[in-house]
Amino acid sequence: MGRYVIRRLLQMIPVFFGATLLIFLMVNVMGDPIAGLCGDRACDPATAAQLEKEFGLDKPVWQQYLTYMGNVFTGDFGTAFNGQPVTELMANAFPVTIRLTIVAILFEIVIGITLGVVTGLKRGHPVDTSVLLLTLVVLSVPTFVTGLLLQLLLGVEWGWIKPAVSPDAPFSELIVPGLVLASVSLAYVTRLTRTSIAENKRADYVRTAVAKGLPRRRVVTRHLLRNSLIPVVTFIGADVGALMGGAIVTERIFNIHGVGFQLYQGIVRQNTQTVVGFVTILVLVFLLANLLVDLLYAVLDPRIRYA
Amino acid sequence: MRGATHAKWAALATAVALAATACGGGDSGGGGGGADGIVSSSWGDPQNPLEPANTNEVQGGKVLSMIFRGLKQYDPKTGEAKDMLAEKIETTDSMNFTITVKNGWTFSNGEKVTAKSFVDAWNYGASLKNNQKNSYFFGYIEGYDKVHPDKGQPTAETMSGLKVTGDQTFTVKLTQKFSTFPDTLGYAAFSPLPQSFYSDHAGWLSKPVGNGPYTIDSYSKGSQMALKKWDAYPGPDKAQNGGITLKVYTDNNTAYTDLTAGNLDLVDDIPASQLKNVSADLGDRYINTPAGIIQTLSFPFYDPAWNKPGQEKLRTGLSMAINRDQITQTIFQKTRTPAQDWTSPVLGEAGGFKDICGDACKYNPTEAKKLVAEGGGIPGGTMTISYNADTGSHKEWVDAVCNSINNALGNNKACVGNPIGTFADFRSQVSTQKMKGPFRAGWQMDYPLIQNFLQPLYYTNASSNDGKYSNPKFDKLVDQANAETDAPKAVGIFQQAEEVLKGDMGAIPLWYQNGSAGYSDRVENVSLNPFSVPVYDQIKVK
Repeated sequence: MGRYVIRRLLQMIPVFFGATLLIFLMVNVMGDPIAGLCGDRACDPATAAQLEKEFGLDKPVWQQYLTYMGNVFTGDFGTAFNGQPVTELMANAFPVTIRLTIVAILFEIVIGITLGVVTGLKRGHPVDTSVLLLTLVVLSVPTFVTGLLLQLLLGVEWGWIKPAVSPDAPFSELIVPGLVLASVSLAYVTRLTRTSIAENKRADYVRTAVAKGLPRRRVVTRHLLRNSLIPVVTFIGADVGALMGGAIVTERIFNIHGVGFQLYQGIVRQNTQTVVGFVTILVLVFLLANLLVDLLYAVLDPRIRYA
Repeated sequence: MRGATHAKWAALATAVALAATACGGGDSGGGGGGADGIVSSSWGDPQNPLEPANTNEVQGGKVLSMIFRGLKQYDPKTGEAKDMLAEKIETTDSMNFTITVKNGWTFSNGEKVTAKSFVDAWNYGASLKNNQKNSYFFGYIEGYDKVHPDKGQPTAETMSGLKVTGDQTFTVKLTQKFSTFPDTLGYAAFSPLPQSFYSDHAGWLSKPVGNGPYTIDSYSKGSQMALKKWDAYPGPDKAQNGGITLKVYTDNNTAYTDLTAGNLDLVDDIPASQLKNVSADLGDRYINTPAGIIQTLSFPFYDPAWNKPGQEKLRTGLSMAINRDQITQTIFQKTRTPAQDWTSPVLGEAGGFKDICGDACKYNPTEAKKLVAEGGGIPGGTMTISYNADTGSHKEWVDAVCNSINNALGNNKACVGNPIGTFADFRSQVSTQKMKGPFRAGWQMDYPLIQNFLQPLYYTNASSNDGKYSNPKFDKLVDQANAETDAPKAVGIFQQAEEVLKGDMGAIPLWYQNGSAGYSDRVENVSLNPFSVPVYDQIKVK
């Protein structure tokens, strides 16, 4: 097991280099970022040249990449165009997005799995049909529609919440944005759990457990649910990464100064340092989340062994 | 007990994951406006560090307008340059100026504002070493080419044209005659700077100190800035409210929603999609006033296909094929005004605003078709209008302009839009002369002078002459106007130069952009200045 974890961690190294290189090249292809710094007018050539030199943009791309990677390993992620170190941006943005992700994942787990278990056990029942219909609606409505609608209804019409989240972004203000962010995944989790439960309900070990005379509650939680959760855990694990990086829409709607917003601003301003830095961290998060999921398999299903 | 071992490893991996993602930190500064006459206002993260000579966009400009006062101050209503810190600015030849700074002004840290405060700040702004994006503003001062050479390293530390002659006086020597130079001194780049700016630069940037009616109370970069009224401010335009809290919004739609929900007092950028609802939502708390911004279509005169004799008829024809009235009404909901010249209504008639374009800017499809044909037709039969697609909803109006041209010419392929992904890429292509057809151009004035609308844009090889328009007659008239000491006469000569520009149709004027803003019922006396920045110091809290 220990060896397996170490092997997986080592495998992350080439993925990490490949991903950062790709992102670096992609941002580079977008063109000269300096030209956008002077508004609707031309930068004066001497200042532009000076700025290029300062940001290292006058060197060939491979050299820029090497310098950048060298700096990253000393903890220096570069400087954004407004003079702020990227690490400072990260220190502000990541805690906010992590809080938002936690809220979203909690919604997925609590609501999604509960609904999934209920509908899976009562297949064909009116409850099942109505929840299925509901998930279909949630899946087909884009996030920004749900977000803007809830913001308008709860924030402006009824005044239950503040439509914009304050810079501190405490958990209490992130509940609605978290729900919006989780909505689509929540529907997936419900459907995945439902199918999985419905399938395993007829499995031999469940019949055995029932025949042994175990209480229904114990059969469902210990035997049925635990075995049915494997696909769901896979999905939620992959979703952690997706939620952290993909919250751009939700973050913009609810004024959350998190990773999505910083990435958006970095892309619009063509700020290589910000974009590559944030995406690098996101890649790491994604890799670690995946590792975690693989390890959780073994916890959930003792038949799975890692050597 | 296999399960337990697995759980242990999973927990370990969780710990690693958390350690990798949680970069610690957290930011300070809570709460919005509310009590004690504090006004909360929407903001965007400034693109550049908040140095006066390095701020060229409106978000950083908002802060500078509150914490700095220069030699001149532009009247928020008329745009007229009035003395602020200047006791007097004297010249006999429009080239050598003697400037006397008023006594009794200090920075908010108590340091006296002297002639040296200005001279040092200007030298800092001009020096190539400091990467200041507005350094070209000092380009008229003698010795600028030594501290800011086009190529290579600077050979001087300071500009030879600036000399401190007393505690409160200094002289400026220009390289050419420029009679309206004193009127340019209201621009933020000419602000004075305290010594702490040089001695503790990082400290200053994290909490800038100036000499304006407000002081910065707290600043958490990227999210919020709280400004407080400076009680000991010596100037005549003391703040009428207790302070301003600028809040960064991720999206102007969110800021607008927050305003309608009553959580924000002032939004100075009404999103285009809300313009239809704005009067229903805000009633008379919506402002829509002219700003010193003009949108034009520029031509690539560097491309031989677009630089043939007789093509002025083609360009005039294209101008007459654009239905400005319809586009400004339907797409911009009257937040743009159809253009009649190459300047802006904020200049006023005395400042040089005049209907010079006349019929050439009026929609006339039959005449347009005739003129385009006489001018040799569109080069290659099809032209593209390039624009950046990421900001400013340019797609809508470019498509509308093309539609209008296509309808007028009766040719569905005459004009198509050419979107370019990002603003930076668009600007980079424009400034390296890569355009193959007309492209969008916007100009926001630096100071309310007709000179600023003409010289930087259409003078041969001027800094923002992206289309490389050139006409010796135009250049000669601009030089003449700059040398003219009598202001009304100078304006008259600039207008003659504008006539030359009209004859060539060097760029097609489209419309003047308005500044738009909305405010809550908590505040009153809200207005926008000609730079479309809210006049914060005059806002009153009810």
